[in-house]
Amino acid sequence: MNDVVTYVYAVARSTDQLEELITALNGVADAPVRLLPGSHDDTLVLVASHVPAPDFQEDALKQRLEDLDWLEAVARAHHAVIEAVATHTTVLPLRLATVYLDDTRARDVLDGGQAVFADRLARLAEHVEWGVKIYVEPSAAPAAAEPRRGADLSPGRAYLRNRRQQQSVRDSVYQAAQQAADVVEGVGHRHAVDRARHRVQQGVLADTAGENVVNDAYLVPLAQCEEFRAGVEQAADGLQGVRIEVTGPWAPYSFAMPPAETDDASPGPRP
Amino acid sequence: MNEPLASRPGSYPARAAPPYGQGSSANLADILERVLDKGIVIAGDIQINLLDIELLTIKLRLIVASVDKAKEMGIDWWEHDPSLSSRARDDRSLTEENRHLRAEIDALREREALPDHEHERSDEDEEAEAEAEAEAETEADEPRGSRRRGRARDE
Repeated sequence: MNDVVTYVYAVARSTDQLEELITALNGVADAPVRLLPGSHDDTLVLVASHVPAPDFQEDALKQRLEDLDWLEAVARAHHAVIEAVATHTTVLPLRLATVYLDDTRARDVLDGGQAVFADRLARLAEHVEWGVKIYVEPSAAPAAAEPRRGADLSPGRAYLRNRRQQQSVRDSVYQAAQQAADVVEGVGHRHAVDRARHRVQQGVLADTAGENVVNDAYLVPLAQCEEFRAGVEQAADGLQGVRIEVTGPWAPYSFAMPPAETDDASPGPRP
Repeated sequence: MNEPLASRPGSYPARAAPPYGQGSSANLADILERVLDKGIVIAGDIQINLLDIELLTIKLRLIVASVDKAKEMGIDWWEHDPSLSSRARDDRSLTEENRHLRAEIDALREREALPDHEHERSDEDEEAEAEAEAEAETEADEPRGSRRRGRARDE
């Protein structure tokens, strides 16, 4: 058993359908997905795969995580398994690359955290996560009145005036974004039960038009999804230079681990 | 607030929400911020240090500063340089910019005999951007300027 290790995707509430679904599913490293019930209690299961040990040893893992292609493949496979499971039952996603030496070690963790997992799963049942990102696009805002660059302005004045006008267009776009954010927050109060803030997306992977200024996730009861979505999508109506992007529904990644339960939810010692 | 939609708790009835729509088309940044940054953390036998994960995400440049932090710093922070990762660098780049602008204005002033008050105002504007602690000085005919100082005070 030394050539494979146990990769765990999620904790889930066990159902008959889940068993069926899992048999057709491949996960990380294209390995078949399996369910690992606890030792005494089979209401909760780990969703797991056997993956090649050499790829998932600590040193190898560290290096491989730096390889964006590898990381993307693993992240998408991890995500695909969680998504598939989430269509059938409530799921508690684990962080990418949670790996155990064997099934027994993984089971110990499930047994040890049973109560915490069950409690969290109960709270997440019938809820999904929606992502809401707000972007500003200063270039899309209406330009202020054409700068007067007539002969009456010295180059110095023209420069300063121009600069001020650009500044004021940017300021107004950010104010509009703030308005949209307030509206979204209001919709969240009405239709969501929790909110998590992600850091704004920047850089090579955030390859969309505009600048991301809000990147939040909301935990929304299934019955409220349509209202939530509609409300959020309208939040930027009439606001120039502000764009709202809604993603989802996601499995409740951002709400898997409330800060207050962090310690309880980690049966194993952490350095 | 939540009416029972299915007899089996925990299942997702198809009519209540669209099927999981992200699939293979989901934005990689959205997936990575969830699978790396969120999700329940349980100690594995083979551990990736959380710090490594943090460094990794920084390297990927998914992440530079939190929204809250950005708000604390005022809206100006966003517009100067999105790749800034710390306040210190922000200050440095502004100082740099100020020096350039002052030199430029001095040069223009010599050539064009720019009136003194114009010079002072622009100087003050730049300083308000650079120095969070800049105290409000009334200048009622300049709404943008006073708003900026309002933000600066918040810091």
